[in-house]
Amino acid sequence: MAGNRDYINRRIHSLLGVLPIGIFLIQHLTVNFFATRGPEAFNAAAHFMESLPYRYVLELFIIFLPILFHGIYGVYIAFTAKHNVSNYGYFRNWMFMLQRYTGVITLIFIAWHVWETRIAIGLGWVDLNYQLMENILTNPFFFWFYVVGVVSTTFHFANGLWSFFVSWGITMTPRSQRIMTYASIIVFLAVSYVGVRTLFTFAYGV
Amino acid sequence: MSEEKKITLIIERQDSPDSAPYEETFEVPYRENMNVISALMEVRRNPVNAKGEATTPVFWDMNCLEEVCGACSMIINGKARQSCTALVDQLEQPIRLAPMSTFPITRDLAVDRSRMFDSLKRVKSWIPIDGTYDLGPGPRMAESKRQWAYELSKCMTCGVCLEACPNVNSKSDFIGPAAISQVRLFNSHPTGEMNKSERLQSVMGDGGIMGCGNAQNCVQSCPKGIPLTTSLAAIYRDTAIESFKSFFGSDNKL
Repeated sequence: MAGNRDYINRRIHSLLGVLPIGIFLIQHLTVNFFATRGPEAFNAAAHFMESLPYRYVLELFIIFLPILFHGIYGVYIAFTAKHNVSNYGYFRNWMFMLQRYTGVITLIFIAWHVWETRIAIGLGWVDLNYQLMENILTNPFFFWFYVVGVVSTTFHFANGLWSFFVSWGITMTPRSQRIMTYASIIVFLAVSYVGVRTLFTFAYGV
Repeated sequence: MSEEKKITLIIERQDSPDSAPYEETFEVPYRENMNVISALMEVRRNPVNAKGEATTPVFWDMNCLEEVCGACSMIINGKARQSCTALVDQLEQPIRLAPMSTFPITRDLAVDRSRMFDSLKRVKSWIPIDGTYDLGPGPRMAESKRQWAYELSKCMTCGVCLEACPNVNSKSDFIGPAAISQVRLFNSHPTGEMNKSERLQSVMGDGGIMGCGNAQNCVQSCPKGIPLTTSLAAIYRDTAIESFKSFFGSDNKL
């Protein structure tokens, strides 16, 4: 027996967070970053992604199903924790708590974001182009909603990468785990910059 | 005559496993080099609370008084630790004592740690050496390995790591870091290694290794300084390999 269902679900949850969701996150933010080169560059990049062959298969197996599994199972994991940072205020305990909080925030953000963009496009309500995001992000409330959503997502990814390295037995020693902490901070800052910089372009045209 | 120095204890008490907890304050005369247990002994000697009312003596568990048995663990000023090594001079006043809430409370500060001993049985934390004939001395253990394995063997099942862990609670069935570290200890032993797969399988299920959320409070709290998070990561690695072997096949199984 390769472990019971609970064990396998946890392993799948851990794997999906990086492969494919983490890879997709970086790809998604990178394609969006074309916006900083102007609306035409963004439209061309978005059109390229939109016209990939067997797109629905890619979307279903690389994006929707993994995120649904990771998100729903993740909420279950988040609610089985009993946070105790007031008595045990160690760095990793804070990260543990923030990982669960950002997971829930990210799920809410992604649900709204998918509804407002992919589903609205799929139903023919809006077209996929620079103006779609510009219209959303010039509203100050939604601009800040997106900033919080994007930063929460990148934090959850970067810190999740740290626990991924532990959960798969790669970083075992305190030293390797500490260096991985520094690496995950760099990943967080770099990916957050890419995401938030794009939001500023859509909102303020800079 | 100078006024006698006193120390204040605020104790969370509970008369029976099912009754409601309540707080009671005690003032005990200070002596040099007191620990929490000697302060509790003063309360037991003179069970009168700070209001001057006679009350029942506070009940707690203790045994070795030198931090090797694990029986006297309780929450002292917010953190779980042994009351025998909690020196009054190093504690903030008033001293707040509470039972470890992760475990069923038997009375006052005493808890029932049976779940930890059940976990040790579950993970087969022993080495089978009995046969129907003399099995001989068994393989030798490298000294370098023995040295770190000895560190893991210092675990006294005190429950502090379970109390500190945010994933050990009534909503989760995680067995906690202590038993999982014992899987690593017994798998590191050359004879114990013969049952490595069984021990790993025992933590690849409900409440097993995947219950760990890497909050790492355990390693910060362990009174014996056991590298619990290294053990957890080692078992994460070993179970990943074990799943691979058991699903795709290996020389260990037909």
